[in-house]
Amino acid sequence: MADEPLVLGIETSCDETGVGIVHGTTLLADAVASSVNDHARYGGVVPEIASRAHLEAMVPTIQRALDTAGIKATDLDGIAVTAGPGLAGALLVGVSAAKAYAWALDKPLYGVNHLASHICVDQLEHGRLPEPTMALLVSGGHSSLLLSSDITSDVRPLGATIDDAAGEAFDKVARVLGLGFPGGPHVDRTARDGDGKAIAFPRGLSASNDPAYDFSFSGLKTAVARWVEARRRAGEEVPIADVAASFQEAVTDVLTRKAVRACKDNGVDHLMIGGGVAANSRLREMAQQRCDRAGIVLRVPRPGLCTDNGAMVAALGSEMVRRGRTPSAFDLSADSSLPVTEVHVPHTEFHAHAHESLR
Amino acid sequence: MLLLAFDTATPAVTAAVHDGTAVLAESYEVDARRHGELLLPTIGDVLRAAGVDKRELTAIAVGVGPGPYTGLRVGLVTAAALGHALGLPVHGVCTLDAIAHQARREGLTGPFTAATDARRKEVYWASYDEDGTRTDGPGVDRPGDLTPPQRSVGAGALLYPETFPGATGPEHVSAGALADYAATELAAGRELLPNAPLYLRRPDAQVPAGYKAVLPA
Ligand SMILES: [Zn+2]
Repeated sequence: MADEPLVLGIETSCDETGVGIVHGTTLLADAVASSVNDHARYGGVVPEIASRAHLEAMVPTIQRALDTAGIKATDLDGIAVTAGPGLAGALLVGVSAAKAYAWALDKPLYGVNHLASHICVDQLEHGRLPEPTMALLVSGGHSSLLLSSDITSDVRPLGATIDDAAGEAFDKVARVLGLGFPGGPHVDRTARDGDGKAIAFPRGLSASNDPAYDFSFSGLKTAVARWVEARRRAGEEVPIADVAASFQEAVTDVLTRKAVRACKDNGVDHLMIGGGVAANSRLREMAQQRCDRAGIVLRVPRPGLCTDNGAMVAALGSEMVRRGRTPSAFDLSADSSLPVTEVHVPHTEFHAHAHESLR
Repeated sequence: MLLLAFDTATPAVTAAVHDGTAVLAESYEVDARRHGELLLPTIGDVLRAAGVDKRELTAIAVGVGPGPYTGLRVGLVTAAALGHALGLPVHGVCTLDAIAHQARREGLTGPFTAATDARRKEVYWASYDEDGTRTDGPGVDRPGDLTPPQRSVGAGALLYPETFPGATGPEHVSAGALADYAATELAAGRELLPNAPLYLRRPDAQVPAGYKAVLPA
């Protein structure tokens, strides 16, 4: 434990300015400044508002994390930052800050992948990830099934949503039902008083000839809206709780069914679920039941670590240091569409040459 | 005094080191899309060229715009983080003031306006008297809505010759001029700006137009 790396992680891919500090797999600080309330009246994250908030929050959030961890910045063994994917302008604030800290403090810089960080954060809760691990990532920005044999170097995408992310569907259904933004927590709370079997909403991409690991939530979202509108037009009362519960049941049914199938097909006996939607109580419950039945060990971090945060970036950065991965160069760019297969963005000779030739 | 200065509010990525008397080293590269990639390496380069270790620095001066936001923020967050990590004060300088300072050092006399490209057919602008004191602005407007000035400088002026006839350089800001302006002001005991962006515009934010029905009307 004494030799475990002490790493600070910065996350600014969306509307949370997150700064985490970890020591190996031990979480020391997880400071978050959120601009979520500034976006609520728009019904979605407004990129420019998020970027402005990141700039204002950056240094105070770093200081808060250092104070909470009770360390000095000079004690750190590295600085990690989300290099992508995410909102371009928002990412750039975090990447620029991380470079400045790493350079000023003479620490190695690790530009890492946001999705891989969502997986790696579970190390802070349940210890090092088994290899391989199947991961189901569900949030407002992503819905993916990923298989990782080494979280610092090998993350393979098995499937993803072909239209809306699961979290987006929650937001849209919440809007249809007149609940608040972000939709996830509101739908979850409302659904507790409803019957998940009341309405048979469609399960996207679940026919035998559909892609086994891909998702589709657009049709479901539309089906919910149609059902609610038809009721309203007929002058009937909309059973909000039943709609929320039945919608949530349809989403979690597809997510958990495909995740368990991916584990079985690939001979993987550990499933981790991350991302903001992993905070959903019904998803956690159903995943546990189905994993238990299939003999799969389920790992889900506590809700605070499922949403975007700096701790997850620090967790992956710490693993990068521990495994001696190559740091990033100071010309690291923010890449809004960084592929999940690029777990981190190392400095390479090839990149250096390509960079020179661009000048 | 050992001042590190940089600016990302215009298409130039520029950094300089100033010792209170003169610019020791300066870098200036125009690449509007790569502020984020170029700034930190550029800072490292100018310090090396000046033979100054970052731990010897006594202050940071940064251009706080106005300028296109995404690039502008690269400079501001870098300044804030460097100031925090190195324990240095960070002084903000209006980017147009630095351009005006450079124009006067290059021999421009009389009242003039400095303007940069604000995109969307608008310019960021500020006006100065014969002593170089800012008399109006900074503002962001369509060129056609401005009273055409006698003299003007900057890429925003060069872009709209009908409003700014006979506009001249400097096109973009140079960190050497920014550093010199900051050093001069500080030496005169005047305060500079806080390290906060001069956005001048509210964020673009479309409020979704209610919930759209999916059933045919
Ligand atoms: Zn995320």
